[in-house]
Amino acid sequence: MTQAILKLSGIEKSFPGVKALDNACLNVYPGKVMALLGENGAGKSTLMKVLTGIYHMDKGSINYQGSDVTFDGPRHSQEVGISIIHQELNLIPELTIAENIYLGRETTNAFGGIKWTQMFADADALLQRLNVKHSSRQLLGELSLGEQQMVEIAKALSFKSQVIVMDEPTDALTESETKSLFKVINELRNEGCGIVYISHRLKEIFEICDDITVLRDGKFIAEIAVTDIDEDGLIEKMVGRRLDEIYPRIDAKHGTLCLEVENIVAPGVRDVSFTLDHGEILGISGLMGAGRTELMKAIYGALPRQSGDVILDDKVVSPITPRDGLANGIAYISEDRKGDGLILGLSVKENMSLCALDALSKGLQLDHAKEATAVEDFMRQFNVKTPSRDQIIGNLSGGNQQKVAIAKGLMTRPKVLILDEPTRGVDVGAKKEIYQLINQFKAEGMSIILVSSEMPEVLGMSDRILVMHEGRISGEFMAADANQEKLMACAVGKKINEAVL
Amino acid sequence: MSQNQAANSNANSNSNSNNNVTGDVMTKTLTQKFFTKEWLFEQKSLIALILLIVVVSFLNPHFFTMGNILNILRQTSVSAIIAVGMTLVILTGGIDLGVGSVLALCGAFAASLIAMEVSVMIAVPVALFAGAALGAMSGIIIAKGKVQAFIATLVTMTLLRGVTMVYTDGRPISTGFTDVADSFSWIGTGYLLGVPVPIWLMVIVFASVWYLLNHTRFGRYVYALGGNEAATRLSGINVDKVKIGVYAICGVLAALAGLIVTSRLSSAQPTAGMGYELDAIAAVVVGGTSLAGGKGRIMGTLIGALIIGFLNNALNLLDVSSYFQMIAKAVVILLAVLVETKKK
Repeated sequence: MTQAILKLSGIEKSFPGVKALDNACLNVYPGKVMALLGENGAGKSTLMKVLTGIYHMDKGSINYQGSDVTFDGPRHSQEVGISIIHQELNLIPELTIAENIYLGRETTNAFGGIKWTQMFADADALLQRLNVKHSSRQLLGELSLGEQQMVEIAKALSFKSQVIVMDEPTDALTESETKSLFKVINELRNEGCGIVYISHRLKEIFEICDDITVLRDGKFIAEIAVTDIDEDGLIEKMVGRRLDEIYPRIDAKHGTLCLEVENIVAPGVRDVSFTLDHGEILGISGLMGAGRTELMKAIYGALPRQSGDVILDDKVVSPITPRDGLANGIAYISEDRKGDGLILGLSVKENMSLCALDALSKGLQLDHAKEATAVEDFMRQFNVKTPSRDQIIGNLSGGNQQKVAIAKGLMTRPKVLILDEPTRGVDVGAKKEIYQLINQFKAEGMSIILVSSEMPEVLGMSDRILVMHEGRISGEFMAADANQEKLMACAVGKKINEAVL
Repeated sequence: MSQNQAANSNANSNSNSNNNVTGDVMTKTLTQKFFTKEWLFEQKSLIALILLIVVVSFLNPHFFTMGNILNILRQTSVSAIIAVGMTLVILTGGIDLGVGSVLALCGAFAASLIAMEVSVMIAVPVALFAGAALGAMSGIIIAKGKVQAFIATLVTMTLLRGVTMVYTDGRPISTGFTDVADSFSWIGTGYLLGVPVPIWLMVIVFASVWYLLNHTRFGRYVYALGGNEAATRLSGINVDKVKIGVYAICGVLAALAGLIVTSRLSSAQPTAGMGYELDAIAAVVVGGTSLAGGKGRIMGTLIGALIIGFLNNALNLLDVSSYFQMIAKAVVILLAVLVETKKK
């Protein structure tokens, strides 16, 4: 095996009360893609923060290009050729692409003025290399998320980076954007770049990576070549136990008609109708920007409808505010936990009970005892791992935050539960727990709409699947008849004629 | 709150353990919960206040006397009451620059009612209602017009100061020398059980808003709104109503402060309350409430207002010129903010 360009060994790092890293190791080889895997809280992000000097390690060493180094900040590590592309992009939408790439290190003339022509030319050259079809004079905010990610990569290239770390790069990307990202990764690999690829999506790991490093509870577990392991074995290494079946579908008979959505037109949604039975899980598949979230928010009352009706148990409800939606028995769990799902500065309890405070009050006064009991019940049922219900929710892992978000919706005792990307950014163990909970609600007769970009999830959990494309429904399948290829074809707008197939 | 918890944990450990270990368990729970670094840090503004009182008491024997303490509390009551409303607004992530103008306009309005010999029982509620309406006006501009709070209340501040000038013709309005004026003056100058009425009002205002924030839905929504407006809206909460509500409450409290000031002077000054909005914001910030919204406690604001009040008084007693007092106030605010930022 070739000599590692970057070697992190025996890294230890403690925070008050937690040992986040305990003998963590990572090797990055030139011309290879190393996957860094582990459940949420396994220490991946902490390790990356130690690498770039945001955190100082308690013990261990970092060896880069043959000599021991310590970095005192991301700026420093970037200058010597180690770039990190974070989950949340650090770009400024109001500036041009070129300004973003060269922010803070613009080439200037003798008077301190920026050499604009040169900067735009350099940036254009970088973009061309990455196959981004935009002028570097365009404002960053006009680009799609995927294209913005490419700008981050262009920035990394402009530093002549030898090592590029990508933290969940495909989380916000469409399938086609993911494809072009992989193309770029392949090119970088061929040029001898060492790449660290952090992702929850095992399929991608097998597609793009050469080697895998697994962390668990801050400890180094294994470094394996992808060719030597399969998906099940990998999951076992990550969680330390075997997960027999990820999608534990139950085939319960579903009941009578519950929800009818008729001819909904809303921003991003063009004339959509569908029905949902009691005790049915309806999966909604499609690419980013297909209008799935918009449709769900229009049904819930969070987005204005231009026309169309929502009928629940033979009653026209057509909510015009979220309050309306909740009052009529529709609960919506947002795809964006940090953005509009949870209030990260408030406690677990305050988040969970927020929608249901009317029922938890006596007159004007909050019934603290009743609230605590209700919250504790859900924490037990959902197996929320938190020191106490008064813990600030921002300190919990993604999986536990998501459980609280779902509990928050359930506290209002809805008839229809809309889950928008319920497992995004959630580790494998918590994912399975969430699937089991969804099945439990289904068994209790709740109607569930499951919106997800992960096709295996939609296929594994749903009774029936709708696919959306450009604001319309482009396909409908019973779970038994569906497969990934059919869903994908509908998602990209290819109408499938069942008879021909 | 923390005293309650102390009492609770004492009671718990007493009942749960036999006599031999009671003391141990008690000290343990006490040290676990109350004398940790974090706990001390949480109480930093209270500690600063106590330090200030102790140090000045040694420097000047007249400082820590019943008469002087009551005097300070009475002087602080006006800015403290305004700061309570400001805390609510700031907790939602907003700001209200219009409080000083509301104070002046409602004070002038009340003074002219009293001068017309309208009964105090009518004049006071009417003036308070006017304050609520003026506050709600800011709230409506912010919530429905989607104008930034700073701009919207800059507008109301300027507008209402102008209205006050027009209404008073730029001259003080005397409450007159009638029986009605006499009974009105009780609000600012009267005593109840040996304690000045404004102090009672301040205590009632703090207690009510503490209750509002900690024991009602509205209070929870205030924190939620300041923490994340989009998430609060999506949780089915009428965000506009909460916003208009906090500005209305802020208006009522500014009007109450205006009544106290007018009553004390037996006349309404058209320039009353100028700059009070900044004093109120200072008290809120020194009390540890984040200007970003969503984080802070009402008792912190009380302590913040008291620190500023006690400091002013102490510097007076120590013969420090009022010019230096401003500098001292600035240093206190800066220190408070620096310590708060350091935590993060």
